Amino acid sequence: MRIRALAIRIILQFIKDKRTLALLFLAPLLVLSLMKLVFDGQAISPDIGTVDLPEAYIGGLSNANAAIIEYDSADEAQQALRENNLDAVIQIGANGPAITLEGSDPSMNKAILLLIQNTLQAKASSIAPAVTYLHGGPDMAPFDSFGPVLIGFFSFFFVFLLAGVSFLRERTSGTLERLLASPIRRSEVVLGYLAGFGLFTLVQSMLIAWYSIHVLGMYMAGQIGYVLLINLLLSLTALTLGTLLSSFASNEFQIIQFIPIVIVPQAFFSGLFNLDAMNPWLQKISNAMPLFYGADAMQGIMIRGEGWSDFQIDVYVLIGFSLLFALLNVLALKKHRRM
Amino acid sequence: MSAIPSMNAELEPALQLHQIQRRFNGKTVLDGISLTIPQGELFGLLGPSGSGKTTLIKLMTGIDQADGGSVRMLGEPIPQLKMLQAFGYMAQADALYNELTGKQNLAFFGALFGLKGEQLQARIQAVAALVELTDHLGKPVGAYSGGMKRRLSLAAALLHEPRLLVLDEPTVGIDPVLRRSVWAELSTLSKQGVTIIVTTHVMDEAEKCNRLGMIRDGKLIAVDTPEAIIAEAGVATIEEAFIALGQQQAVRSGTGATR
Ligand SMILES: Nc1ncnc2c1ncn2[C@@H]1O[C@H](COP(=O)(O)OP(=O)(O)OP(=O)(O)O)[C@@H](O)[C@H]1O
Ligand SMILES: [Mg+2]
Repeated sequence: MRIRALAIRIILQFIKDKRTLALLFLAPLLVLSLMKLVFDGQAISPDIGTVDLPEAYIGGLSNANAAIIEYDSADEAQQALRENNLDAVIQIGANGPAITLEGSDPSMNKAILLLIQNTLQAKASSIAPAVTYLHGGPDMAPFDSFGPVLIGFFSFFFVFLLAGVSFLRERTSGTLERLLASPIRRSEVVLGYLAGFGLFTLVQSMLIAWYSIHVLGMYMAGQIGYVLLINLLLSLTALTLGTLLSSFASNEFQIIQFIPIVIVPQAFFSGLFNLDAMNPWLQKISNAMPLFYGADAMQGIMIRGEGWSDFQIDVYVLIGFSLLFALLNVLALKKHRRM
Repeated sequence: MSAIPSMNAELEPALQLHQIQRRFNGKTVLDGISLTIPQGELFGLLGPSGSGKTTLIKLMTGIDQADGGSVRMLGEPIPQLKMLQAFGYMAQADALYNELTGKQNLAFFGALFGLKGEQLQARIQAVAALVELTDHLGKPVGAYSGGMKRRLSLAAALLHEPRLLVLDEPTVGIDPVLRRSVWAELSTLSKQGVTIIVTTHVMDEAEKCNRLGMIRDGKLIAVDTPEAIIAEAGVATIEEAFIALGQQQAVRSGTGATR
């Protein structure tokens, strides 16, 4: 009854705030679209300068999507490399072929080395291995691989921000005091917030998932229902965490200060970057981060087509986080009313 | 609905404060306040800005808790969740949702106190008529004037027909005509048996109270009827009594401070 009244009030407030609605619903779509444009562009085509390279190799390299510019002397080629007109120079030295890379872009370095290796190998042996993919496929782009993480991340980020600011406003405008001067229970306040915001986060989750998969064409091997479930759970975690942390902020700016402390580290540990190279002890930090579990489940579902039994642990952990934060919220409200 | 029971609740005082202490960050804001307010009384709290009026009435309602002493409302010790149903509270700040219309605000606060359906609608109309906001209920509160917000805030405190009203400077920013009608309504409610506690800086409002409490530097320096307070101070008006009693207190605490 009181929970419903609180939820309805939050929904009414939200509907009247068009800008915030846009932030919640359109901003994630915009950022995802930009990400898609950035990471899903054309295959890299390096500019390679050659000096005295046999014709056979040059043919092989240009077939493999590289622009070849032939130079008469090594000095000329090196000069062009320094002037940033080339990405690499190949020349035949005393001890065989030598490659100089421009070197400032790691992904370019890798692409060139791979390309040269492949053309040299193709010459050397004619037995090509048969390649099959257990998950994904040859057309899978980087965007497909970390897209599921991004979906989770944006749901989390925007809901965290909005929930934090809304609850803070309730406090600073004095309406929380008025709310707590009525016989509402502290737990009802938290549940009312969950219900009111829950509706919007549900719509947001559906919108983001639909847009990523059907409009941006993100790789999707699993069931959309599972994606929605994980996304919703992530949003609820963000909601409870946002309202909890807002108790420790005294204005909107201080909410923003939580972003580098709470949100950004989660992005690092959530699978956007490969953590295998990291100190195993440090890797354990990710176990305390809700986004890690959400991203793990999202990648499993969307890329590997995982079913319930594969990701259920993530579901339980996310529910656990939400419950924990909600409970702490109820306790934090004690600061304002002790019963 | 009104679960504010106890068999002899009729006989109990509306409020009993005993030796209330309240400190903020080590600074004592309320010091040894004892006060009993019988049911049906219209009690006014006077005192300079920062003297602790708001702090005191928050303690009376259980919104805030004292560091020492005890508070009983209608015989029940507070803070207590069920006692929050027993009173209507109007804070010094308006505390309204600016995005929502006046009606939506009232509907929300009404629902918090368990009002619903036709009863809720009827109460909304009744309190809106009382503060003359009926024509403005459909407007977002953000578009209200300061006085309109104040009246809406008062209306929200009256919604659930509480037996005890706690109003923190209810008439600030309200024009004289409307102020008179608000006070007429408070008097009516008081005659119906509603206990009303009101803080004010307006002296002619103070004169309308059954009894006055004067608070200064966190101490209750006088509690009596307006007439008795004037007589004791040996002056002609409440305003003069307020100033005279304040000076006496200042002298006393001045000598006390040297101890
Ligand atoms: N939450 C708080 N934290 C710290 N100090 C506080 C707090 N609330 C009130 N105070 C202090 O307590 C004292 C009394 O404040 P209070 O608001 O009760 O005064 P008041 O009598 O209502 O004044 P006014 O007439 O201006 O409303 C002031 O010195 C104020 O600074
Ligand atoms: Mg005050």
